[in-house]
Amino acid sequence: MHSRRSHYAFAFFALCLALFLLTFADAAFRRAGSADALAANERLVAQLGLTDLCLFTEARYTRHPSQADLQSAFQDHPLAFEHFPSGSLMPPSQHLLTRYEDLDSKTKSAD
Amino acid sequence: MKTWIAKQKALIDFTLSSLARRKLKNLGLLLVYTIIVFLLASVMLYTHALRHEAAQVLKSSPEVIVQRLVAGRHDLIPPGYLEKLGRIRGVQSKEGRLWGYFYDNVVSANYTLMAPSSASHDFGQVADGKIVIGAAVARERGLAPGNLISFRSYTGKLFIFTVAAVLPHEAELVSADLLLLSETDFRSFFDIPAGYYNDIALSVANPQEVRNIAGKISETLPDARIILREEVLRTYESIFNWREGIVLVLLSGSILAFAIFAWEKASGLSAEEKREIGILKAIGWETGDVLKMKFWEGALVSLAAFLLGYVAAYLHVFHFSAALFEPVLKGWSVLYPRFELVPVVDGFQIATLFFFTVFPYTVATIVPIWRAAITDPDAVMRG
Amino acid sequence: MIKLTDIRKAYHQGQHNELWALNGIDLTIEANKVTVLSGPSGSGKSTLLTIVGCMARPTSGRVQLGERDISGLPERFLTDIRRKTFGFVFQQFNLISGLSARDNVMLPAYPLGGDWRELHARADALLDTLKLGQRRDARVEWLSGGEQQRVAIARALINDPQVLIADEPTANLDTALSREFMEILENLKGQGKTIILTSHDPLLVESSVVDRVVHLRDGHLVEAEQ
Repeated sequence: MHSRRSHYAFAFFALCLALFLLTFADAAFRRAGSADALAANERLVAQLGLTDLCLFTEARYTRHPSQADLQSAFQDHPLAFEHFPSGSLMPPSQHLLTRYEDLDSKTKSAD
Repeated sequence: MKTWIAKQKALIDFTLSSLARRKLKNLGLLLVYTIIVFLLASVMLYTHALRHEAAQVLKSSPEVIVQRLVAGRHDLIPPGYLEKLGRIRGVQSKEGRLWGYFYDNVVSANYTLMAPSSASHDFGQVADGKIVIGAAVARERGLAPGNLISFRSYTGKLFIFTVAAVLPHEAELVSADLLLLSETDFRSFFDIPAGYYNDIALSVANPQEVRNIAGKISETLPDARIILREEVLRTYESIFNWREGIVLVLLSGSILAFAIFAWEKASGLSAEEKREIGILKAIGWETGDVLKMKFWEGALVSLAAFLLGYVAAYLHVFHFSAALFEPVLKGWSVLYPRFELVPVVDGFQIATLFFFTVFPYTVATIVPIWRAAITDPDAVMRG
Repeated sequence: MIKLTDIRKAYHQGQHNELWALNGIDLTIEANKVTVLSGPSGSGKSTLLTIVGCMARPTSGRVQLGERDISGLPERFLTDIRRKTFGFVFQQFNLISGLSARDNVMLPAYPLGGDWRELHARADALLDTLKLGQRRDARVEWLSGGEQQRVAIARALINDPQVLIADEPTANLDTALSREFMEILENLKGQGKTIILTSHDPLLVESSVVDRVVHLRDGHLVEAEQ
């Protein structure tokens, strides 16, 4: 049998496809395996009354974006350049953003 | 059908032989293409899984949080507020919370200090002089249960605590920077008098009524700022929105670069390629055969890039904790949670990614060929 | 077996650079013969070759292949007839560089979708017959001129056509290689192939393998000899 490029290609794509499908199997497997840990985290959140993910510890308003007040979060303006790197990764909390829009329209002409 | 397959295989043979002639260039292209898919897929998988996990975990966070604002800043809840809230109908339970931030200048890290009030948590009530720490704090300060740790409080007094326990590694996503202490220790550490709290957590009898109750609270306490759980959840639904900051810059930059690269590669039909298409037409290929051959070229390259990039992104995000994103996500923070996200894969997102990576490249490969492929077969002899 | 009736061909018709390459050609080309179209450059012999080989359509006139009138067929059918009936050897050989000799030979058969192993064996057999067996895996640009032409001939024969068409086949060959080419023609004729060439090379035109020479000038037939 002579080697044929298309056969190599098919073998390659079969392998890739197998790996691709394997990621779904792996995802299902890991989801099942982490159910307990997730439930434990949920319990911890309930018991301690936690409100935010501990993703960014560099500033108050990035550690607890949902608890930040109007003036401390995104200190100058929601669209201003951020002082802390993580501040430019995530949007301001939704309820802050909508309030800022109100303020914007009110101050637009005044000053 | 058999003929059709044999024909497509033959066209694939040819297109692969063609690609193999410029091995380095085409492998380079495949590599760049794969990296783009990898980046896009990594961002996609990471943010989707994180949002999903946030929604899952934070659905048990407090239903209503009442803060007090003074001159636009958070202020302590004075005594009497808890009682006033208790008189509002529909409030099931209320609890003053004690929590705050502490900057540890030994390792230049910010901690979240908290005095858990509920007696029923897994680590028991924290006794005076004891402390329960998050896993990242333990890692950063090299602490284990039984060790002593001292902090100089904002009032200048030195406090020494014994580490009672370390919160589990699996909980780092919500608790990496926590320090749990007793209420007495917390009050004396931050010098908060008895009866004062940082904010109040409420639960309501009927979740449908939560907005009405929020309205009543702001009537009762005009200086209160109320945060509902649904707002907390919404904050995390939109975290890492694709329109946001670095995500957007990263994506648009790389997509644009690749678009230029692919366009240049695919549409810059060289004289050599035109000549080859002329030859194929002259030896009996139809216009459709040439287009099919080129279709396979585009489809194979982009499909390979998609599959390789996606699998690599999956491994990166879920098996290597998105290690490449760490420097970006970490920013200036010292404490960074180490967590393995639970893989949640959205089929629709993958389909979108597939469409936006495979389809444009394939089209960009075929379209410029069109004009060359419809030339007359005798053009070769005239030229 | 190929009958041309009042063939005319114009390029850029209706434009300022309109050019009539053929002005009424009546010609019958017999099967199993070697026919040479001869004439100076610009006489229209290459154009006539493309019309005979179904590569181009005449502006007016009729082309009959056997009993069938093929001048009115749409492109798809014409392509189909062309690749089953005719094999082409071009003056510049027109091989695809970067590919091996064998890959080049197999190219015309790809769109037909036949059995690949059988095709592979056929290509090797053809290359063996043309004494290129040991060079079949070499890239075509590494081959000498004579070898390249033999690859081009093998490519023209891969679909086993009845008619072999060659445009100025000896233009790029020295005398020894030209004689070798004529030997190949002799062989093919012996196998029952019809061969149509264009040439103004006396070595070929006057060779004994040629059955008939058709002279052209300014798009007209001048006379028929032999």
